[in-house]
Amino acid sequence: MNPLAVLGRTVLSALAAIGRIALYGVETISHLFRPPFYSREFLSQLLNIGWLSLPVVGLTAVFTGGALALQIYAGGSRFNAEAVVPQIVAVGMVRELGPVLVGLMIAARVTSSIAAEIATMKVTEQIDALVTLSTHPMKYLTVPRVLAAVLVVPLLVGIGDIIGIFGGYAVSTGTLGFNAATYINNTVDFLEPLDVISSLTKGAVFGFCAALMGCYHGMNSGRGAMGVGRATKGAVEGAAILILAVNFVLTGVFFTL
Amino acid sequence: MIRMEGIQKSFGSNHVLRGLDLNIAKGTSMVIIGGSGTGKSIALKCVLGLVVQDSGRIFVDGKDAADTTDRDAFLARFGMLFQGAALFDSLPVWQNVAFRLLRGSLKRPREEAREVAIEKLRRVGLKPDVADRFPAELSGGMQKRVGLARAIAAEPEIIFFDEPTTGLDPIMSGVINELIREIVVEMGATAMTITHDMTSVRAIADNIAMLHEGIIQWTGPVAEMDQSGNPYLEQFINGRAEGPIESVR
Repeated sequence: MNPLAVLGRTVLSALAAIGRIALYGVETISHLFRPPFYSREFLSQLLNIGWLSLPVVGLTAVFTGGALALQIYAGGSRFNAEAVVPQIVAVGMVRELGPVLVGLMIAARVTSSIAAEIATMKVTEQIDALVTLSTHPMKYLTVPRVLAAVLVVPLLVGIGDIIGIFGGYAVSTGTLGFNAATYINNTVDFLEPLDVISSLTKGAVFGFCAALMGCYHGMNSGRGAMGVGRATKGAVEGAAILILAVNFVLTGVFFTL
Repeated sequence: MIRMEGIQKSFGSNHVLRGLDLNIAKGTSMVIIGGSGTGKSIALKCVLGLVVQDSGRIFVDGKDAADTTDRDAFLARFGMLFQGAALFDSLPVWQNVAFRLLRGSLKRPREEAREVAIEKLRRVGLKPDVADRFPAELSGGMQKRVGLARAIAAEPEIIFFDEPTTGLDPIMSGVINELIREIVVEMGATAMTITHDMTSVRAIADNIAMLHEGIIQWTGPVAEMDQSGNPYLEQFINGRAEGPIESVR
Protein backbone atom coordinates (compact mmCIF):
# COMPACT_ATOMS: atom_id res chain seq x y z
CA MET A 1 0.00 0.00 0.00
CA ASN A 2 1.44 3.33 -1.09
CA PRO A 3 1.35 5.75 1.88
CA LEU A 4 1.19 8.75 -0.43
CA ALA A 5 -1.85 7.31 -2.20
CA VAL A 6 -3.54 6.71 1.16
CA LEU A 7 -2.76 10.28 2.23
CA GLY A 8 -4.03 11.63 -1.09
CA ARG A 9 -7.27 9.64 -0.86
CA THR A 10 -7.83 10.84 2.71
CA VAL A 11 -7.24 14.50 1.82
CA LEU A 12 -9.47 14.30 -1.27
CA SER A 13 -12.18 12.55 0.71
CA ALA A 14 -12.01 15.23 3.44
CA LEU A 15 -12.15 18.04 0.87
CA ALA A 16 -15.13 16.40 -0.85
CA ALA A 17 -16.94 16.12 2.50
CA ILE A 18 -16.25 19.80 3.25
CA GLY A 19 -17.61 20.70 -0.18
CA ARG A 20 -20.78 18.64 0.32
CA ILE A 21 -21.39 20.19 3.75
CA ALA A 22 -20.83 23.69 2.33
CA LEU A 23 -23.34 23.03 -0.48
CA TYR A 24 -25.82 21.62 2.04
CA GLY A 25 -25.37 24.79 4.12
CA VAL A 26 -25.97 27.04 1.11
CA GLU A 27 -29.06 25.03 0.13
CA THR A 28 -30.36 25.29 3.71
CA ILE A 29 -29.91 29.07 3.72
CA SER A 30 -31.70 29.34 0.37
CA HIS A 31 -34.68 27.41 1.78
CA LEU A 32 -34.84 29.70 4.85
CA PHE A 33 -36.35 32.42 2.67
CA ARG A 34 -38.70 30.34 0.49
CA PRO A 35 -42.11 29.01 1.55
CA PRO A 36 -43.62 26.78 2.76
CA PHE A 37 -42.59 27.32 6.38
CA TYR A 38 -43.46 24.75 9.03
CA SER A 39 -44.14 26.89 12.11
CA ARG A 40 -45.16 23.99 14.38
CA GLU A 41 -41.89 22.21 13.67
CA PHE A 42 -40.00 25.44 14.29
CA LEU A 43 -41.70 26.07 17.65
CA SER A 44 -41.10 22.48 18.70
CA GLN A 45 -37.39 22.86 17.89
CA LEU A 46 -37.20 26.16 19.77
CA LEU A 47 -38.45 24.30 22.83
CA ASN A 48 -36.17 21.32 22.29
CA ILE A 49 -32.96 23.20 21.49
CA GLY A 50 -33.53 26.20 23.74
CA TRP A 51 -35.60 25.49 26.81
CA LEU A 52 -34.57 21.87 27.30
CA SER A 53 -30.85 22.74 26.96
CA LEU A 54 -30.99 25.28 29.80
CA PRO A 55 -30.09 22.86 32.65
CA VAL A 56 -26.96 21.49 30.97
CA VAL A 57 -25.87 24.95 29.84
CA GLY A 58 -26.45 26.47 33.29
CA LEU A 59 -24.59 23.71 35.15
CA THR A 60 -21.67 23.80 32.72
CA ALA A 61 -21.38 27.58 33.01
CA VAL A 62 -21.64 27.82 36.80
CA PHE A 63 -18.93 25.20 37.42
CA THR A 64 -16.68 26.67 34.73
CA GLY A 65 -17.04 30.20 36.15
CA GLY A 66 -16.25 28.94 39.64
CA ALA A 67 -13.20 26.95 38.50
CA LEU A 68 -11.99 29.89 36.41
CA ALA A 69 -12.11 32.20 39.47
CA LEU A 70 -10.10 29.69 41.51
CA GLN A 71 -7.48 29.30 38.74
CA ILE A 72 -7.09 33.04 38.18
CA TYR A 73 -6.81 33.66 41.90
CA ALA A 74 -4.19 30.92 42.31
CA GLY A 75 -2.23 31.96 39.22
CA GLY A 76 -2.55 35.70 39.91
CA SER A 77 -1.30 35.31 43.46
CA ARG A 78 2.13 34.31 42.08
CA PHE A 79 2.67 37.89 40.96
CA ASN A 80 0.30 39.73 43.35
CA ALA A 81 -2.50 40.05 40.74
CA GLU A 82 -5.30 38.34 42.69
CA ALA A 83 -7.48 41.43 42.33
CA VAL A 84 -8.04 40.89 38.59
CA VAL A 85 -10.29 37.86 39.17
CA PRO A 86 -13.59 39.70 38.35
CA GLN A 87 -12.23 41.21 35.14
CA ILE A 88 -10.62 38.03 33.84
CA VAL A 89 -13.63 35.88 34.74
CA ALA A 90 -15.92 38.32 32.91
CA VAL A 91 -13.76 38.57 29.81
CA GLY A 92 -12.91 34.86 29.80
CA MET A 93 -16.51 33.78 30.13
CA VAL A 94 -18.06 36.27 27.71
CA ARG A 95 -15.43 36.24 24.99
CA GLU A 96 -14.43 32.57 24.96
CA LEU A 97 -15.61 30.05 27.53
CA GLY A 98 -19.31 30.96 27.44
CA PRO A 99 -19.82 30.62 23.67
CA VAL A 100 -17.41 27.71 23.21
CA LEU A 101 -18.71 25.62 26.10
CA VAL A 102 -22.34 26.29 25.23
CA GLY A 103 -21.53 25.45 21.59
CA LEU A 104 -19.90 22.18 22.60
CA MET A 105 -22.76 21.32 24.95
CA ILE A 106 -25.21 21.98 22.11
CA ALA A 107 -23.07 19.77 19.86
CA ALA A 108 -23.23 17.02 22.46
CA ARG A 109 -26.91 17.34 23.28
CA VAL A 110 -28.62 18.74 20.19
CA THR A 111 -26.41 17.70 17.26
CA SER A 112 -26.36 14.09 18.43
CA SER A 113 -30.11 14.07 18.93
CA ILE A 114 -30.83 15.64 15.52
CA ALA A 115 -28.45 13.28 13.71
CA ALA A 116 -29.80 10.17 15.43
CA GLU A 117 -33.43 11.18 14.86
CA ILE A 118 -33.03 12.05 11.18
CA ALA A 119 -30.78 9.04 10.51
CA THR A 120 -33.39 6.76 12.07
CA MET A 121 -36.05 8.43 9.94
CA LYS A 122 -33.90 7.71 6.91
CA VAL A 123 -33.29 4.03 7.62
CA THR A 124 -36.97 3.47 8.42
CA GLU A 125 -38.02 5.18 5.13
CA GLN A 126 -39.72 8.07 6.94
CA ILE A 127 -37.76 10.53 4.76
CA ASP A 128 -39.05 8.75 1.63
CA ALA A 129 -42.54 8.87 3.14
CA LEU A 130 -42.20 12.65 3.57
CA VAL A 131 -41.35 13.01 -0.11
CA THR A 132 -44.32 10.89 -1.20
CA LEU A 133 -46.51 13.13 0.97
CA SER A 134 -45.34 16.15 -1.07
CA THR A 135 -43.17 17.48 1.76
CA HIS A 136 -39.59 18.58 1.12
CA PRO A 137 -37.42 16.94 3.80
CA MET A 138 -35.05 19.91 3.91
CA LYS A 139 -37.90 22.34 4.52
CA TYR A 140 -39.64 20.10 7.06
CA LEU A 141 -36.60 18.78 8.96
CA THR A 142 -33.51 20.92 8.33
CA VAL A 143 -34.83 24.48 8.09
CA PRO A 144 -36.82 24.51 11.38
CA ARG A 145 -33.88 22.98 13.29
CA VAL A 146 -31.23 25.28 11.84
CA LEU A 147 -33.37 28.41 12.22
CA ALA A 148 -34.31 27.54 15.80
CA ALA A 149 -30.65 26.91 16.69
CA VAL A 150 -29.47 30.18 15.10
CA LEU A 151 -32.05 32.12 17.13
CA VAL A 152 -31.91 30.32 20.44
CA VAL A 153 -28.23 29.42 20.92
CA PRO A 154 -27.19 33.11 21.28
CA LEU A 155 -29.76 33.36 24.09
CA LEU A 156 -28.28 30.26 25.70
CA VAL A 157 -24.80 31.77 25.34
CA GLY A 158 -25.99 35.02 26.98
CA ILE A 159 -27.53 33.06 29.84
CA GLY A 160 -24.38 30.90 30.09
CA ASP A 161 -22.21 34.03 30.25
CA ILE A 162 -24.29 35.46 33.11
CA ILE A 163 -24.39 32.17 35.04
CA GLY A 164 -20.64 31.66 34.50
CA ILE A 165 -19.88 35.13 35.85
CA PHE A 166 -22.19 34.36 38.75
CA GLY A 167 -20.21 31.15 39.39
CA GLY A 168 -17.01 33.19 39.60
CA TYR A 169 -18.74 35.74 41.81
CA ALA A 170 -20.08 33.10 44.19
CA VAL A 171 -16.66 31.46 44.59
CA SER A 172 -14.82 34.77 44.86
CA THR A 173 -17.13 36.32 47.43
CA GLY A 174 -17.81 33.07 49.27
CA THR A 175 -14.33 31.61 49.64
CA LEU A 176 -11.73 34.06 48.28
CA GLY A 177 -12.71 37.07 50.37
CA PHE A 178 -13.82 39.47 47.60
CA ASN A 179 -16.27 42.28 48.37
CA ALA A 180 -19.56 41.63 46.56
CA ALA A 181 -20.26 45.21 45.39
CA THR A 182 -16.67 45.74 44.21
CA TYR A 183 -16.73 42.44 42.33
CA ILE A 184 -19.90 43.41 40.43
CA ASN A 185 -18.62 46.95 39.71
CA ASN A 186 -15.33 45.62 38.37
CA THR A 187 -17.13 43.12 36.17
CA VAL A 188 -19.57 45.64 34.71
CA ASP A 189 -16.93 48.36 34.22
CA PHE A 190 -14.51 46.06 32.47
CA LEU A 191 -16.87 44.45 29.94
CA GLU A 192 -17.32 46.28 26.65
CA PRO A 193 -20.22 46.08 24.16
CA LEU A 194 -17.95 44.32 21.65
CA ASP A 195 -17.39 41.49 24.16
CA VAL A 196 -21.12 40.85 24.36
CA ILE A 197 -21.67 41.29 20.61
CA SER A 198 -18.89 38.81 19.83
CA SER A 199 -20.31 36.34 22.34
CA LEU A 200 -23.83 36.42 20.89
CA THR A 201 -22.56 36.34 17.29
CA LYS A 202 -20.50 33.29 18.09
CA GLY A 203 -23.61 31.73 19.62
CA ALA A 204 -25.63 32.23 16.42
CA VAL A 205 -22.85 30.83 14.21
CA PHE A 206 -22.24 27.87 16.55
CA GLY A 207 -25.97 27.15 16.58
CA PHE A 208 -25.98 27.10 12.78
CA CYS A 209 -22.96 24.76 12.69
CA ALA A 210 -24.36 22.40 15.34
CA ALA A 211 -27.81 22.02 13.76
CA LEU A 212 -26.45 21.85 10.21
CA MET A 213 -24.00 19.07 11.05
CA GLY A 214 -26.73 17.08 12.79
CA CYS A 215 -29.08 17.40 9.81
CA TYR A 216 -26.38 16.74 7.19
CA HIS A 217 -25.07 13.59 8.82
CA GLY A 218 -28.59 12.35 9.59
CA MET A 219 -29.74 12.85 5.99
CA ASN A 220 -26.62 11.08 4.67
CA SER A 221 -26.72 8.20 7.13
CA GLY A 222 -25.84 4.66 6.10
CA ARG A 223 -28.15 1.71 6.61
CA GLY A 224 -29.09 0.01 9.86
CA ALA A 225 -28.10 0.63 13.45
CA MET A 226 -24.45 0.96 12.45
CA GLY A 227 -25.35 3.68 9.95
CA VAL A 228 -27.25 5.62 12.62
CA GLY A 229 -24.34 5.24 15.05
CA ARG A 230 -21.81 6.44 12.49
CA ALA A 231 -23.99 9.38 11.50
CA THR A 232 -24.36 10.46 15.13
CA LYS A 233 -20.65 10.11 15.85
CA GLY A 234 -19.70 11.96 12.66
CA ALA A 235 -22.16 14.74 13.41
CA VAL A 236 -20.88 15.38 16.94
CA GLU A 237 -17.21 15.19 15.89
CA GLY A 238 -17.84 17.44 12.90
CA ALA A 239 -19.85 19.97 14.91
CA ALA A 240 -17.25 20.15 17.71
CA ILE A 241 -14.33 20.64 15.30
CA LEU A 242 -16.28 23.15 13.21
CA ILE A 243 -17.28 25.14 16.31
CA LEU A 244 -13.68 25.31 17.57
CA ALA A 245 -12.33 26.26 14.13
CA VAL A 246 -15.00 28.92 13.57
CA ASN A 247 -14.37 30.23 17.09
CA PHE A 248 -10.71 30.76 16.22
CA VAL A 249 -11.65 32.66 13.05
CA LEU A 250 -14.31 34.79 14.78
CA THR A 251 -12.00 35.63 17.66
CA GLY A 252 -9.46 36.83 15.10
CA VAL A 253 -12.11 38.85 13.27
CA PHE A 254 -13.48 40.51 16.41
CA PHE A 255 -10.34 41.17 18.42
CA THR A 256 -7.35 41.44 16.11
CA LEU A 257 -8.62 43.08 12.92
CA MET B 1 -51.88 4.51 -16.84
CA ILE B 2 -48.26 3.80 -15.81
CA ARG B 3 -45.79 2.78 -18.49
CA MET B 4 -42.15 2.02 -17.75
CA GLU B 5 -39.82 1.78 -20.73
CA GLY B 6 -36.27 0.45 -20.64
CA ILE B 7 -35.58 1.40 -17.03
CA GLN B 8 -31.97 0.84 -16.04
CA LYS B 9 -30.46 1.49 -12.63
CA SER B 10 -27.07 0.53 -11.23
CA PHE B 11 -25.45 1.06 -7.87
CA GLY B 12 -21.73 0.91 -8.60
CA SER B 13 -21.09 -2.44 -10.27
CA ASN B 14 -24.46 -3.81 -9.16
CA HIS B 15 -26.81 -3.56 -12.18
CA VAL B 16 -30.18 -3.81 -10.47
CA LEU B 17 -32.52 -2.91 -13.32
CA ARG B 18 -31.37 -3.76 -16.86
CA GLY B 19 -34.12 -2.48 -19.10
CA LEU B 20 -37.38 -3.00 -17.27
CA ASP B 21 -40.56 -2.59 -19.37
CA LEU B 22 -43.96 -2.66 -17.71
CA ASN B 23 -47.51 -1.42 -18.38
CA ILE B 24 -50.14 -0.98 -15.70
CA ALA B 25 -53.63 -0.23 -16.97
CA LYS B 26 -55.87 2.25 -15.18
CA GLY B 27 -57.95 0.77 -12.36
CA THR B 28 -56.06 -2.53 -12.30
CA SER B 29 -53.94 -4.09 -9.59
CA MET B 30 -50.45 -5.11 -10.71
CA VAL B 31 -48.28 -7.18 -8.40
CA ILE B 32 -44.55 -7.39 -9.05
CA ILE B 33 -42.97 -10.52 -7.67
CA GLY B 34 -39.36 -11.60 -7.50
CA GLY B 35 -36.67 -12.64 -5.06
CA SER B 36 -35.07 -10.36 -2.51
CA GLY B 37 -32.66 -7.82 -3.98
CA THR B 38 -34.01 -8.10 -7.54
CA GLY B 39 -34.91 -4.40 -7.70
CA LYS B 40 -38.67 -4.50 -7.10
CA SER B 41 -38.59 -1.61 -4.61
CA ILE B 42 -36.18 0.35 -6.81
CA ALA B 43 -38.63 0.09 -9.73
CA LEU B 44 -41.41 1.44 -7.57
CA LYS B 45 -39.23 4.24 -6.17
CA CYS B 46 -38.24 5.26 -9.71
CA VAL B 47 -41.90 6.01 -10.49
CA LEU B 48 -42.15 8.29 -7.46
CA GLY B 49 -38.82 9.97 -8.14
CA LEU B 50 -37.32 8.71 -4.86
CA VAL B 51 -34.64 7.02 -6.99
CA VAL B 52 -33.61 8.47 -10.34
CA GLN B 53 -33.11 5.85 -13.06
CA ASP B 54 -29.90 5.89 -15.11
CA SER B 55 -31.87 5.54 -18.33
CA GLY B 56 -35.38 4.77 -19.53
CA ARG B 57 -38.64 6.68 -19.26
CA ILE B 58 -41.70 6.49 -17.07
CA PHE B 59 -45.06 7.73 -18.29
CA VAL B 60 -48.05 8.44 -16.07
CA ASP B 61 -51.24 9.03 -18.07
CA GLY B 62 -49.10 9.38 -21.17
CA LYS B 63 -46.96 12.19 -19.70
CA ASP B 64 -43.27 11.68 -19.03
CA ALA B 65 -42.77 11.83 -15.24
CA ALA B 66 -39.38 13.51 -15.80
CA ASP B 67 -41.14 16.50 -17.39
CA THR B 68 -43.32 17.13 -14.33
CA THR B 69 -43.07 20.74 -13.26
CA ASP B 70 -45.57 20.70 -10.38
CA ARG B 71 -44.11 17.93 -8.24
CA ASP B 72 -46.59 18.56 -5.42
CA ALA B 73 -49.56 17.94 -7.73
CA PHE B 74 -47.84 14.91 -9.29
CA LEU B 75 -47.18 13.27 -5.91
CA ALA B 76 -50.68 14.13 -4.68
CA ARG B 77 -51.96 11.53 -7.16
CA PHE B 78 -50.06 8.79 -5.31
CA GLY B 79 -50.47 7.04 -1.99
CA MET B 80 -47.89 4.64 -0.65
CA LEU B 81 -47.77 1.98 2.04
CA PHE B 82 -44.16 1.38 3.02
CA GLN B 83 -42.71 -1.96 4.04
CA GLY B 84 -42.19 -0.90 7.66
CA ALA B 85 -45.18 1.50 7.53
CA ALA B 86 -42.70 4.44 7.87
CA LEU B 87 -44.96 6.27 10.31
CA PHE B 88 -43.58 9.49 11.80
CA ASP B 89 -42.63 8.64 15.39
CA SER B 90 -42.98 12.20 16.62
CA LEU B 91 -46.60 12.59 15.51
CA PRO B 92 -49.74 10.97 16.92
CA VAL B 93 -51.55 8.48 14.69
CA TRP B 94 -54.20 10.89 13.44
CA GLN B 95 -51.59 13.44 12.34
CA ASN B 96 -49.74 10.66 10.50
CA VAL B 97 -52.91 9.71 8.65
CA ALA B 98 -53.89 13.31 7.92
CA PHE B 99 -50.32 14.45 7.17
CA ARG B 100 -51.09 15.51 3.61
CA LEU B 101 -54.32 17.19 4.71
CA LEU B 102 -52.56 19.36 7.29
CA ARG B 103 -50.12 21.03 4.87
CA GLY B 104 -49.47 21.75 1.22
CA SER B 105 -51.99 22.10 -1.59
CA LEU B 106 -54.54 19.72 0.01
CA LYS B 107 -54.52 21.54 3.37
CA ARG B 108 -57.80 21.52 5.29
CA PRO B 109 -58.86 22.92 8.69
CA ARG B 110 -57.36 20.90 11.54
CA GLU B 111 -60.70 19.58 12.87
CA GLU B 112 -61.80 18.48 9.40
CA ALA B 113 -58.44 16.73 8.80
CA ARG B 114 -58.82 14.91 12.12
CA GLU B 115 -62.33 13.74 11.17
CA VAL B 116 -61.03 12.41 7.85
CA ALA B 117 -58.19 10.63 9.68
CA ILE B 118 -60.61 8.96 12.11
CA GLU B 119 -62.86 7.92 9.22
CA LYS B 120 -59.90 6.38 7.37
CA LEU B 121 -58.76 4.64 10.56
CA ARG B 122 -62.24 3.18 10.89
CA ARG B 123 -62.05 2.04 7.25
CA VAL B 124 -58.94 -0.01 8.01
CA GLY B 125 -60.51 -1.50 11.13
CA LEU B 126 -59.04 0.71 13.85
CA LYS B 127 -61.07 2.39 16.58
CA PRO B 128 -61.05 6.18 17.07
CA ASP B 129 -59.17 5.84 20.38
CA VAL B 130 -56.07 4.85 18.37
CA ALA B 131 -56.00 8.34 16.83
CA ASP B 132 -54.22 9.99 19.75
CA ARG B 133 -51.69 7.23 20.36
CA PHE B 134 -48.14 7.35 19.00
CA PRO B 135 -46.86 4.81 16.42
CA ALA B 136 -44.44 3.24 18.92
CA GLU B 137 -47.43 2.22 21.07
CA LEU B 138 -48.96 0.12 18.26
CA SER B 139 -48.34 -3.47 17.17
CA GLY B 140 -46.84 -4.22 13.73
CA GLY B 141 -50.25 -5.08 12.28
CA MET B 142 -51.80 -1.88 13.63
CA GLN B 143 -48.91 0.16 12.22
CA LYS B 144 -49.54 -1.39 8.78
CA ARG B 145 -53.20 -0.46 9.04
CA VAL B 146 -52.29 3.12 10.00
CA GLY B 147 -49.86 3.20 7.05
CA LEU B 148 -52.68 2.00 4.81
CA ALA B 149 -55.02 4.68 6.21
CA ARG B 150 -52.35 7.31 5.49
CA ALA B 151 -51.90 6.00 1.94
CA ILE B 152 -55.62 6.41 1.17
CA ALA B 153 -56.30 9.56 3.24
CA ALA B 154 -56.16 11.95 0.29
CA GLU B 155 -58.07 9.57 -2.04
CA PRO B 156 -55.18 9.00 -4.46
CA GLU B 157 -55.65 7.65 -7.99
CA ILE B 158 -52.59 5.40 -7.72
CA ILE B 159 -51.57 3.40 -4.64
CA PHE B 160 -48.26 1.60 -4.13
CA PHE B 161 -47.84 -1.18 -1.60
CA ASP B 162 -44.27 -2.19 -0.74
CA GLU B 163 -44.20 -5.65 0.88
CA PRO B 164 -47.55 -5.08 2.65
CA THR B 165 -47.53 -8.36 4.62
CA THR B 166 -43.84 -8.69 5.52
CA GLY B 167 -43.37 -9.32 9.22
CA LEU B 168 -47.04 -10.07 9.91
CA ASP B 169 -48.55 -13.35 11.09
CA PRO B 170 -50.65 -15.29 8.49
CA ILE B 171 -53.98 -14.14 9.90
CA MET B 172 -52.99 -10.46 10.00
CA SER B 173 -51.51 -10.87 6.50
CA GLY B 174 -54.89 -12.14 5.31
CA VAL B 175 -56.65 -9.18 6.92
CA ILE B 176 -54.29 -6.67 5.26
CA ASN B 177 -54.62 -8.43 1.88
CA GLU B 178 -58.42 -8.26 2.10
CA LEU B 179 -58.31 -4.60 3.11
CA ILE B 180 -56.03 -3.74 0.21
CA ARG B 181 -58.26 -5.55 -2.27
CA GLU B 182 -61.45 -3.96 -0.91
CA ILE B 183 -59.98 -0.47 -0.82
CA VAL B 184 -58.49 -0.65 -4.32
CA VAL B 185 -61.80 -1.90 -5.75
CA GLU B 186 -64.03 0.60 -3.94
CA MET B 187 -61.75 3.55 -4.76
CA GLY B 188 -61.26 2.42 -8.35
CA ALA B 189 -57.55 3.11 -7.86
CA THR B 190 -54.64 1.80 -9.88
CA ALA B 191 -52.47 -0.32 -7.60
CA MET B 192 -48.89 -1.54 -7.82
CA THR B 193 -47.77 -3.98 -5.16
CA ILE B 194 -44.38 -5.47 -4.49
CA THR B 195 -44.26 -8.75 -2.65
CA HIS B 196 -42.83 -12.23 -2.56
CA ASP B 197 -45.77 -13.55 -0.57
CA MET B 198 -47.77 -15.74 -2.98
CA THR B 199 -50.86 -15.60 -0.77
CA SER B 200 -50.82 -11.81 -1.20
CA VAL B 201 -50.40 -12.20 -4.95
CA ARG B 202 -53.50 -14.35 -5.29
CA ALA B 203 -55.53 -12.08 -3.00
CA ILE B 204 -54.53 -8.71 -4.45
CA ALA B 205 -53.51 -9.08 -8.09
CA ASP B 206 -55.35 -8.64 -11.36
CA ASN B 207 -52.05 -8.99 -13.19
CA ILE B 208 -48.60 -10.05 -12.11
CA ALA B 209 -45.08 -9.38 -13.36
CA MET B 210 -42.10 -11.57 -12.51
CA LEU B 211 -38.90 -9.54 -12.09
CA HIS B 212 -35.55 -11.32 -12.25
CA GLU B 213 -32.08 -10.20 -13.31
CA GLY B 214 -33.31 -6.65 -13.82
CA ILE B 215 -36.00 -7.38 -16.42
CA ILE B 216 -39.61 -8.58 -16.43
CA GLN B 217 -39.43 -12.31 -17.21
CA TRP B 218 -43.19 -12.80 -17.50
CA THR B 219 -46.30 -10.69 -17.15
CA GLY B 220 -49.96 -11.57 -17.48
CA PRO B 221 -53.26 -12.06 -15.66
CA VAL B 222 -53.09 -13.79 -12.29
CA ALA B 223 -55.45 -16.51 -13.58
CA GLU B 224 -52.79 -17.58 -16.11
CA MET B 225 -49.98 -17.63 -13.59
CA ASP B 226 -50.13 -21.35 -12.85
CA GLN B 227 -50.07 -22.33 -16.56
CA SER B 228 -47.52 -19.75 -17.69
CA GLY B 229 -44.88 -22.21 -18.82
CA ASN B 230 -42.28 -19.69 -17.76
CA PRO B 231 -39.49 -21.48 -15.86
CA TYR B 232 -38.66 -18.45 -13.68
CA LEU B 233 -42.26 -17.96 -12.61
CA GLU B 234 -42.89 -21.66 -12.08
CA GLN B 235 -39.81 -22.00 -9.88
CA PHE B 236 -40.80 -18.93 -7.88
CA ILE B 237 -44.47 -19.75 -7.28
CA ASN B 238 -43.67 -23.36 -6.40
CA GLY B 239 -40.77 -22.34 -4.17
CA ARG B 240 -38.32 -24.79 -5.75
CA ALA B 241 -34.59 -24.59 -5.07
CA GLU B 242 -33.81 -26.06 -8.51
CA GLY B 243 -34.37 -23.99 -11.63
CA PRO B 244 -33.09 -21.03 -13.59
CA ILE B 245 -33.10 -18.79 -10.47
CA GLU B 246 -29.92 -19.53 -8.57
CA SER B 247 -30.40 -20.18 -4.90
CA VAL B 248 -27.62 -19.99 -2.34
CA ARG B 249 -27.53 -22.80 0.20
